[in-house]
Amino acid sequence: MLTIHREICGYCGCCVSVCPQGALELIDAYLTVDETCTDCGICAKVCPLGALEARNEK
Amino acid sequence: MKNKYDVLVIGGGPAGAVAAKTAARSGLSTCLVEKRPAIGVPVRCAEGIGREALTEFIDPHPRFISAEMKGAAIVAPDGFVMKLASSMAGNKVGFILDRKVFDRELVWKAAEAGADIFVKTRATGPVMDGSKVAGAHLESCGEKKIVKADVVIAADGVESKFSKWCGVDTTVPMREIMTSAQYVLTDIDIDPYATVFYLGNEVAPEGYLWVFPKGERTANVGIGISGRKSGNGHRAKNYLDTFIKKTFPSGKTIEFIVGGVSVCEPLPSTVDNGLIIAGDAARVVDPLTGGGIYNGMFTGRLAAEVAAGCISTGDCSKNALMAYDAGWRASKMGKGIARNYQIKEFLIRQPDEKLNDIIHSVAKVDLKEFSTLSLIKEITKANPKLLLELGALAASLR
Repeated sequence: MLTIHREICGYCGCCVSVCPQGALELIDAYLTVDETCTDCGICAKVCPLGALEARNEK
Repeated sequence: MKNKYDVLVIGGGPAGAVAAKTAARSGLSTCLVEKRPAIGVPVRCAEGIGREALTEFIDPHPRFISAEMKGAAIVAPDGFVMKLASSMAGNKVGFILDRKVFDRELVWKAAEAGADIFVKTRATGPVMDGSKVAGAHLESCGEKKIVKADVVIAADGVESKFSKWCGVDTTVPMREIMTSAQYVLTDIDIDPYATVFYLGNEVAPEGYLWVFPKGERTANVGIGISGRKSGNGHRAKNYLDTFIKKTFPSGKTIEFIVGGVSVCEPLPSTVDNGLIIAGDAARVVDPLTGGGIYNGMFTGRLAAEVAAGCISTGDCSKNALMAYDAGWRASKMGKGIARNYQIKEFLIRQPDEKLNDIIHSVAKVDLKEFSTLSLIKEITKANPKLLLELGALAASLR
């Protein structure tokens, strides 16, 4: 499962737009990930800040 | 908040606000919801817009304009500068907005026109009536509500979750998300009347870096790079910090924002039964410039116009709403997106040496119409060989 480093996250939604599972959601300034996450790592790669950590980062 | 509206708009950015204003003005009961507690913040935008594009929707006012632009410059990978100016329109070619104020202005206009507005209210899913989107489940300051509507306009920005919940795949391909970061830097030496674009694989791989003035010594200094070029140690912020250290070492940061800008093709269909998708959520950002304010307002207005027509005839099926999809695709904006997508695909394949050659060929351009199309035309005029390389695309540039 994805690790979200909230102290780094800029709550911009960039990751949400690329998630093929629709597993991410930005609720105001709070990013959430649900159980449909496959740890594919696309979100971690595109994050402008490096706030996400996946087992399979591309 | 009522239980039922003619039109429910999800998202309070430029697309949603113009949609809500247009819908309310045409006499429809309209509700706009924004998930954030304040309209316009945090900003996720470089804030540039052309003069004509802005004035089509709103009269410029100093309240929401940070700076007025008279020209632009493109900096080649080797540092060569191509200057762009316009002898038309009194040299005034565009604006850098203050989106915090601008977005509020647009929502005020929607409210004035009669739309209900709710902030800190997010959609959590669609209300379905068979295969038709018939409203949305909302959470307003923690309280759950159901609001029904004849047409839902999804203007929920780059995240574009609402349409996804309705079964429309809005996922942006990894290589076509511009992962972006921007500082508002102050106390820096700039030309306060010109936007500057830096190109090159060292500076901003498959994207560009921008300096958009917001005042005499202040600018939005930002960058967008392709998602496939991003990774640990070489993210948008890393590239931006390297540039700033070199170019504006004594600049002071008064704001730092991040974001994602889609530069993919628009969604294959931007409507469904009872649903219209507008603005960034429909992936109608200009794929070459990354500009989305005008395209958002344009699709927002059209969405409401088509919704009004369909509601009056009692048919809000996908087929009926398709007039929206066909409408924006056939518009100047839609054709511009299609053309600029091809140009973007061509440009990102070019090595730095080729970009240098192209930019060196035109040192100073005086554009009658200050647009990317006019610029591309000037560049191909100076580089006739480019037309051959552009192949089928060249026809649309003549």
